Amino acid sequence: MDRIPILKLGGVLIVTIQVDMHDRLALALEEDLTAMIARTGARGVLLEISALEIVDSFIGRMLVSIAAVSRVLDAETVVAGMRPAVAITLVELGLELTGIRTALNVERGMALIQARISEEDDGHGSDRDRHED
Amino acid sequence: MTVTKTETLPVRSGDDVVRVRQRVRALAIEIGLGLVDQTKIVTAASELARNTLDYGGGGDVRIEIVQAGMRKGLRLTFEDHGPGIADIEQAMTDRFTTGRGMGLGLGGAKRLSNEFHIESTPGSGTRVTIARWK
Repeated sequence: MDRIPILKLGGVLIVTIQVDMHDRLALALEEDLTAMIARTGARGVLLEISALEIVDSFIGRMLVSIAAVSRVLDAETVVAGMRPAVAITLVELGLELTGIRTALNVERGMALIQARISEEDDGHGSDRDRHED
Repeated sequence: MTVTKTETLPVRSGDDVVRVRQRVRALAIEIGLGLVDQTKIVTAASELARNTLDYGGGGDVRIEIVQAGMRKGLRLTFEDHGPGIADIEQAMTDRFTTGRGMGLGLGGAKRLSNEFHIESTPGSGTRVTIARWK
């Protein structure tokens, strides 16, 4: 069965969706990503969807579900590169990507995730300081 | 209104849904729909094809290029012989679902189309027709 490759860069898992998603592929991606977050302790998931010509409620549900599971495993999901025509259609369709952060492109998406990671690390740092006092 | 081209495709598997999307896209380009309108009709087709598959137990779609005067349009008719819909008004409501979906299929497809028509007889099936005009 086909699988969508997942790349790891630092603490971030990167997935570029370049094929027309069908059910089995979507489910396989969700499973693979979940397993890989658990295995690597990744803090962020970047889904790059600039090649997707449509996002219907099926794909939307998959994105929401990936984000929800990732969040439970302490990783933040950012969807990057949505085409403008897809964004317009999504709004009219009435689909809300609950719990998903979006970014215009991969670069901004990475910046979002990095900012979140360093923010949290700083937070943990000051906690430690207080305990030492 | 005249029909200048007709094709019928099966909707019996997830792969069929992908093929329907690709064919609708190709014909939308053929009649000169803009990128946003193409995306809307393809997305609506995807929602309805999935309904046909998930709720109707499979069926088929007739894709037609229609012409009214100078205007060209794409008309899609999804038909299944599944259980049918007892309460169409309820089924059209956003967030209403009897399955595992988000309940946006019918209402969403209607918003993405210029024309929308649904007929259903409990016990014998459902037919949904949408059209998008250039």
